[in-house]
Amino acid sequence: MSRARGKLDLDPATVRQARSLARKAGRPIVTMAKRHTTVSVERATLRLAGLQGADPDGTPWVNRLLESVRADLDQDGGLAHGVALPVWDALLRGEADDLAALAEKASAGSVRFRLPEGKDADRARRAARTQVQRGIRQIDRRRAERDRLIRRYGDAPRKPWIYLIVATGDIYEDIPQARAAARAGADVIAVIRSTGQSLLDFVPEGATREGFAGTYATQENFRLMRAALDESSRELGRYVRLTNYASGLCMPEIAALAGLERLDMMLNDSMYGILFRDINPVRTFVDQRFSRQVHARAGIIINTGEDNYLTTADAVEAAHTVTTSQLLNEYFAKEAGLEDWQLGLGHAFEIDPEVPDSFRLELAHALLARELFPDAPLKWMPPTRHMTGDVFRGYLLDGFFNLVGALTGQGILLVGMMTEAVVTPWISDRDLALQNVRYVMNAAGDLHRDFRPEPDGFIVQRARQVLAESIDLLDRIVDDTLLNAIADGTFGLMKRPADAGRGLEGVAPKSAVYYNPASEILEADGMVHR
Amino acid sequence: MSELVRPYGDTTGDGMVQISFTLPVDGRGESARRAEGAAAQLANKMGLDPALVVHTRPMGPDFTFFVVYGRVQHLVNLDEVTVVERDYPLLSPKEANAAIKRALRRRLTVVGACIGTDAHTVGIDAILNIKGFAGEKGLEYYREVKVVNLGAQVSVPQLVERARAEKADAVLVSQVVTQRDAHLLNTREMSAAFREAYPADRRPLLVVGGPRFDESMAGDLGVDRIFVRGTTPTEVASYLVHRLAAKGAAA
Repeated sequence: MSRARGKLDLDPATVRQARSLARKAGRPIVTMAKRHTTVSVERATLRLAGLQGADPDGTPWVNRLLESVRADLDQDGGLAHGVALPVWDALLRGEADDLAALAEKASAGSVRFRLPEGKDADRARRAARTQVQRGIRQIDRRRAERDRLIRRYGDAPRKPWIYLIVATGDIYEDIPQARAAARAGADVIAVIRSTGQSLLDFVPEGATREGFAGTYATQENFRLMRAALDESSRELGRYVRLTNYASGLCMPEIAALAGLERLDMMLNDSMYGILFRDINPVRTFVDQRFSRQVHARAGIIINTGEDNYLTTADAVEAAHTVTTSQLLNEYFAKEAGLEDWQLGLGHAFEIDPEVPDSFRLELAHALLARELFPDAPLKWMPPTRHMTGDVFRGYLLDGFFNLVGALTGQGILLVGMMTEAVVTPWISDRDLALQNVRYVMNAAGDLHRDFRPEPDGFIVQRARQVLAESIDLLDRIVDDTLLNAIADGTFGLMKRPADAGRGLEGVAPKSAVYYNPASEILEADGMVHR
Repeated sequence: MSELVRPYGDTTGDGMVQISFTLPVDGRGESARRAEGAAAQLANKMGLDPALVVHTRPMGPDFTFFVVYGRVQHLVNLDEVTVVERDYPLLSPKEANAAIKRALRRRLTVVGACIGTDAHTVGIDAILNIKGFAGEKGLEYYREVKVVNLGAQVSVPQLVERARAEKADAVLVSQVVTQRDAHLLNTREMSAAFREAYPADRRPLLVVGGPRFDESMAGDLGVDRIFVRGTTPTEVASYLVHRLAAKGAAA
């Protein structure tokens, strides 16, 4: 490949070294992830097979069915063989006509699940694969539909895509807000989730109107919002993308639902849940790999969460942890079958504005991300930590944030609000914020063509320094293993040992006869890309 | 003699203020003047006279944003302003450590958390993490303070249990999310749980903090102290030492 060495003149050997260290650090995690399954991976498989809905108490049928299977096989490996063999064995034995009926019967205690062997197992595997294949085909159809709609309505008119958040807690309030935001110029609408959702070990059902600081991610909410934005796309003559969160304890299931309902981007970080939600590391890595395989298949762009490190650690001192995490996220993503265009690697404008040369430092960090990942649509996140409530100063800071975005060719720009840390954005805040973005893009959108930092000057040296520090860190992680590094508090200053954290009870090592049709299909799919 | 002041624009006593707001009216084209009149009317009713609508921006057909400058007639009587005054001396980390050692003859234990669904640990981290806030080191830096930071989304029963296990002297809770008054509900639930779990004289000091609390509501919420936006670790440490060292000395 004959790519020029870019504006930072990064040494290709150094860049290769960084990637190879990330691969070394990540590979044992992938091996570990392949050897385990989780309750959410198994439930996602049931969802792909078409099982929907919840019992009268609101517990999803996928949870009820899985728990019944797990309880019946308690003495015989529990979750270790996966849910497919015992479930389709029961269906083939004529316990029920379909999955929904089986789930209902199972929760009433009138089905006994067993682990089939020999011919019975072969038959169960075939039946499971046939049914799960239908869900995957539905995801494929949704992906093709997206491509078709983009051709019909047109794509976002420019880069970066303008990304706006709605977060009312009520899907029926979110919809008009999202449509207004799209009309005002948003290319991507993100519906923030209710703060508690990442720790729920089930996906709520139906359209929801009660959430805290966000709206629950449910299949029905996804469907409603996507349908509303399809109308907006038709009206505006450009395809408006929809984003949600595949994170927390139900990452794989939410990824499956996103694929089935044609969401376009999903927040999906390899370590966020571990560090910021205290979710067990093994659970997270297993869930994350499956969810990324689904995203790869669905043509969904993932957004990683490196911005979060900078909300707890200092944005200058910890700049290299962002780069390190981006390299790890890239490795895990590609291993799971995602392509460069699907990697919305995250980073943020969070340096204390009182620090001398803070803008030059921001520019150096953003340019480093741009040049390390030239084909990835980077996700550029606005200042939050140093937004003080002085909305006027905040507006200026957001302007400088937008300018760095323009100068470094960011792919996805989350619009900063001057009322960050004051109120959830008002309609006028959003309007002013979009004016800010438009002004900067209009005035300086092509400035990156003229902008070339001084060779060996401040920006170039700072970028090299951050890359060198991240290589040192990766080196230490390789020696120490990534799981130990996470346990030691290497990222975001949080200490997360592998044998603690939420959701650990939902992890099981796979048995020799483990079977999961979804993994089988997605795994083969991933091989094509590698 | 009461001390009276007026807002200051560029001349003493000019009473000038600036406000901005949105009205759900059409401000486009023909409707612009009517919208402007509506904004002026609101400003007049708010006491701005004269009111100068300096900026009108329609946002779609249904909303218009205004910036208004104007003179208010109101006087501010500084004598009538009430604030929760700091009723404890500010101590350096060194002084705080010495006071704890003297009064308790052991380390002071602080358990901190964000309770309920709140995932915003920025506040509690600023106070507890060694990194600190506003150039001051957090409580972890204090040799005589043992910090147990439980992080985000801790349930009230978990918090009570941990406070008991750690024999906490003080419990610090941070609440940022205020949607549907979550911060007030969570705080009341927390203080009630502690009152239930402990005899009155053994209960740890309950301290909450967050950007949207009102300092004077401590009694109402059943906690010992509320800290608001901009509170630094030194202030929290000094308060804890003041209250607990006094208690320790009395016991």
